[in-house]
Amino acid sequence: MDAIWTLTKKELAGFFDSLTGYIVIVAFLGFTGFFTWLYGSDIFIRKQADLVVFFSIAKWTLFFFIPAITMKLISEEKNTGTLELLLTKPINENQLVLGKFFAAFLLVAISLGLTLIYYISISFLGKVDHGAIISGYIGLLLFSAAYIGIGLFASSVSKNQIVAFLLALFIGIFFQIIFDILGNSLTGFVGKLFDFMSLSGHFDSISRGVWDTRDIIFFLSICILGIQLARENLALRK
Amino acid sequence: MNVEINNISKYYGYQKVLDNVSFEVKPGEILGFLGPNGAGKTTTMKIITGYISMDSGDVSIEGKSVRTGETKSSIGYLPENNPLYLDMPVVDYLRFSAKLQGVEKQSIENRVREMIRLTGLNQEKHKLIGELSKGYRQRVGLAQALIHDPDILILDEPTTGLDPNQIIEIRELIKKLGRKKTVILSTHILPEVEATCDRILIINKGKIVANGTSENLRQQAEGKNILKIKLEIPENELVIGKLRELPSVEEVIEDKNGVTGKFDIKSHKGLSSNREIFDLCAKNNWPIVEMIPIETKLEDVFRDLTMN
Repeated sequence: MDAIWTLTKKELAGFFDSLTGYIVIVAFLGFTGFFTWLYGSDIFIRKQADLVVFFSIAKWTLFFFIPAITMKLISEEKNTGTLELLLTKPINENQLVLGKFFAAFLLVAISLGLTLIYYISISFLGKVDHGAIISGYIGLLLFSAAYIGIGLFASSVSKNQIVAFLLALFIGIFFQIIFDILGNSLTGFVGKLFDFMSLSGHFDSISRGVWDTRDIIFFLSICILGIQLARENLALRK
Repeated sequence: MNVEINNISKYYGYQKVLDNVSFEVKPGEILGFLGPNGAGKTTTMKIITGYISMDSGDVSIEGKSVRTGETKSSIGYLPENNPLYLDMPVVDYLRFSAKLQGVEKQSIENRVREMIRLTGLNQEKHKLIGELSKGYRQRVGLAQALIHDPDILILDEPTTGLDPNQIIEIRELIKKLGRKKTVILSTHILPEVEATCDRILIINKGKIVANGTSENLRQQAEGKNILKIKLEIPENELVIGKLRELPSVEEVIEDKNGVTGKFDIKSHKGLSSNREIFDLCAKNNWPIVEMIPIETKLEDVFRDLTMN
């Protein structure tokens, strides 16, 4: 556990030393803030004290930002050879991948934490459905964990960060929208299956405040699958 | 700690990169690992560190197999090309390495300071590693390998890219460390091996072709004395004939530039011809003006063993 936390701290510090962390946070707040408060069907037009707009924007912002955060995590270590330094120390592939996972997860959690200002602001504007908002946030965290898993797997595939980024987006787009579309256009078991495979579908139901253990299990399974595949990929060098 | 390598073989695809390699290294010994590029040096080192696995055989450290993964903490490793996090300051990087190596919290700062002193990094300790010259980066690599005071040091080409002064410094450091630790270092710089190592292992195409001290190897590989002599004589022919008749002499080679009286004399394996030549010359009144024994160089041994 110590080793995982050491890796996480190093990686997290690395995000902020290299400006990646600040850029991610500022851009995330900028995008979501712009659409939540200023543009389109924002809060003032909807005249509703909720964060529905924020959650639907965050879903897409995270979809693009998470691959940018995860792309270098493993591929860079592979590319520069530092992977060899890490894995010849008394840590195993599991600890390495988990350390990286928590670093990315914390960075996303920090970005999300800063949007709690939106929550506080709207609570002054009217009567807020706290349950829906809290479950929306938990949903976003679970949703992020799943995409970080996918991103880590993509990062473990190639030495090239751009390849890792594009691969994460490519895999992600299926879970984000394609399965959703297929689920809607197909009927019967296949349609249901695709519907179930859609990450954004599961997120939408959570962000409405509807909890279903299947949603949580699905998010966590994608997350664990990604981590496990990344781990296996690292072990392939042997 | 004892490092025992027992019959390890390794394939990359269908290519056999290590073929039944066995050797042993004891504490207080510096083993030089020699071989042409692609001979299997780095692969062997990676296997000892547990970074890659072997297809057969085993490596055990103080009786414990590297397959268990429990041997990692007794090894300090400087990989080939010395990979480092270029965007980290030297001190932070050393602290990070110490933590991952499981150095106790209260002694981390001490160890880091100690390493900075040992490798002479004091001026550079707050710089980013990326800002350092190659020589200093190499020191950082060595410092991270030593941070947890390991019993075994594995150094893959530790002096590449260093200037002559730095090479000497690093060699001295390795020698000093080698008194207590088990050191395995690979290189293809031959004088380096002679200068630092107690024992030499030559590997070629995945097989060990020689194992011993540098003197041992010279004798094994050649065993034939070569003597360069110069005599003050009017013409060669008669002299060559007489020299060839000596029982210990195998071959007499005339000077390439045609200088009269200059020869290279090769004696039969295990025999020395110095005395017979002297006696012959004295009897015939041929003044000897030069007589130089030629040592077989490690370069020649190396070429002999690794060129086919």
